[in-house]
Amino acid sequence: MAASTDHAEIPVLAPGHDYGTVTDKITRVVLSKETPKGWLLGFGIAFLIVMLMLLSLTVLFAKGVGVWGLNNTVAWGFAIVNFVWWVGIGHAGTLISAILLLFRQEWRNSINRFAEAMTIFAVANAGLFPIIHTGRPWLAYWLLPYPSMFQLWPQFRSPLLWDVFAISTYVTISLLFWYVGLIPDFATLRDMADNKVVRRIYGLFALGWRGAARHWAQYSRASLLLAALATPLVVSVHSVVSFDFAVSSVPGWHTTFLPPYFVAGAIYSGFAMVVTLAIPIRKFYHMEDFITDRHLENMGKIMLATGLIVFYAYIMEVFFAWYSGNEYEKFMILNRMTGPYAPQYWALIFFNGLMVQFLWFKKVRRTPWMLLILAIGVNIGMWLERFIIVVTSLHREYLPSTWAYYAGTFWDWSLYIGTLGFFAALLFLFLRVLPMINMFEMKELVHHLSHHGEEH
Amino acid sequence: MSESVYGLMAKFDTPEAVVEAARRARAAGYRKMEAYTPFPIEELTEILNFKPIIQYLVFVGGVVGAITGFGLQYYASVIAYPLIIGGRPFNSWPAFIVVIFELTVLFAGLTAVFGMLGLNGFPHPYHPVFNVDDFRLVSRDKFFLVIEAKDPRFDLERTRAFLESLNPEDVTEVQP
Repeated sequence: MAASTDHAEIPVLAPGHDYGTVTDKITRVVLSKETPKGWLLGFGIAFLIVMLMLLSLTVLFAKGVGVWGLNNTVAWGFAIVNFVWWVGIGHAGTLISAILLLFRQEWRNSINRFAEAMTIFAVANAGLFPIIHTGRPWLAYWLLPYPSMFQLWPQFRSPLLWDVFAISTYVTISLLFWYVGLIPDFATLRDMADNKVVRRIYGLFALGWRGAARHWAQYSRASLLLAALATPLVVSVHSVVSFDFAVSSVPGWHTTFLPPYFVAGAIYSGFAMVVTLAIPIRKFYHMEDFITDRHLENMGKIMLATGLIVFYAYIMEVFFAWYSGNEYEKFMILNRMTGPYAPQYWALIFFNGLMVQFLWFKKVRRTPWMLLILAIGVNIGMWLERFIIVVTSLHREYLPSTWAYYAGTFWDWSLYIGTLGFFAALLFLFLRVLPMINMFEMKELVHHLSHHGEEH
Repeated sequence: MSESVYGLMAKFDTPEAVVEAARRARAAGYRKMEAYTPFPIEELTEILNFKPIIQYLVFVGGVVGAITGFGLQYYASVIAYPLIIGGRPFNSWPAFIVVIFELTVLFAGLTAVFGMLGLNGFPHPYHPVFNVDDFRLVSRDKFFLVIEAKDPRFDLERTRAFLESLNPEDVTEVQP
């Protein structure tokens, strides 16, 4: 069959690797005494941008949300756009580690670790925005249900509170899932390290893991259960995020298809981010043996599939606005297409709907630089999509006398760029101190391939 | 004399070898033994006749999470702070589903992680097998089978001879 010969051309793992070479190649990056110059440069730049983020937060806390471009009409600006964007990016990591595990997609083994890391760092950024956009972030704990002296309890019928539970559960489970996956690899680092202090530190995190068969049995079962729990969780998280919009009665938000549309968009943007990171990382660390063109191609296919769902949702948005016969819905969509935000709207249609069509071609899916350009385009497009959803519905709502225009100020942009730097800085640290590829799963893959060949 | 050692450790180069060794050790009547490998090997779990029980704990964790989720919202919305929102009853349970779901997943997930760690006895910084220098390779590319001195059939000489017959790379005494 044509498909199987294609797969034989590009394996999920380059030939010639055994258990030892896989371990050595991945641990060398972490245990090497020399920090690559490129790493220092990259981390240095990211660190400077983190300083920009801290400055932006300081200015925000000192002066209040007035430093942002918000006004009475558009009370949800960049903060909510960034929140939805960052949470969405996180979704690919959970999809790769949980859903693809349940479907026994072995190609996920080499990308799940850093995709999960990406999830945690993205959700850390996402969690920041709802807290700071409340204006008085030091009172954020009021969102939690606890017996307080005020005798007040949170309003459990509000999607905004559901969000608190969804996001905090998501970040907890993602972090634990990630750590559980790391335990056997911490043991490897402990055993491979020559330096005594390094060995102690990794040994501490390895908790005394020794690879006993009984432990593995309990461990594998627990991982499978975590994957089974994380799968509905990841679907629920962006559904709940979409409820923040859908449960309101604002034109353009009040639709039933928002949850699946948001989930597909989340996975779409998440995979775009995985691709954006995987291509430079595998090049810089020479991991082409483990992250092969087959991985890129598969990720390209998932991007295409989710991209088509998202494009379908864009078309349906227009259709429903017309078919509903609702004056406000019709106006909303016309305003999106021809109003003051028309350039952003058409840019998102271009990036998310049209450009992605190039992924139909195998040549594009297998050429890293083409895929990278596409993925960056999708990252931009998905940010614009959230901007359009949040801003165009609000800025011209029911009452023309309240209409207003919204644009981000310097501090809006600096905080957004700052979180990008924070994300990058965390990723750089992760690449230096933790194994970027799950070693024991790669060894399982070596074992599997040596027995069953490529057909699996 | 068997008190002076923890057991005997045989080192193998391939997963097939350690699986075969474990199978023959079990056939020879050894029960107190453990295999140590760099990655999970399902056959070993069967040979050692070990059944993981974590799934039952996770189920209980999930049920506790669901009850907690509903109980928390019922208490807050009906007993502690009843407030009419949108003309709905105080116990408007459909609106509670999301939080019930999230807490179910949270509790079940926490049980899966900490249950697994607890059942495996972690953290467990000291273990006799770490006394063997070569055991460092267990997390790299070597496979080990340890027959413990606790086993009624254990005899330092005879068990060593038995392990030697399984074609290991070497056999080492494990100090307690």
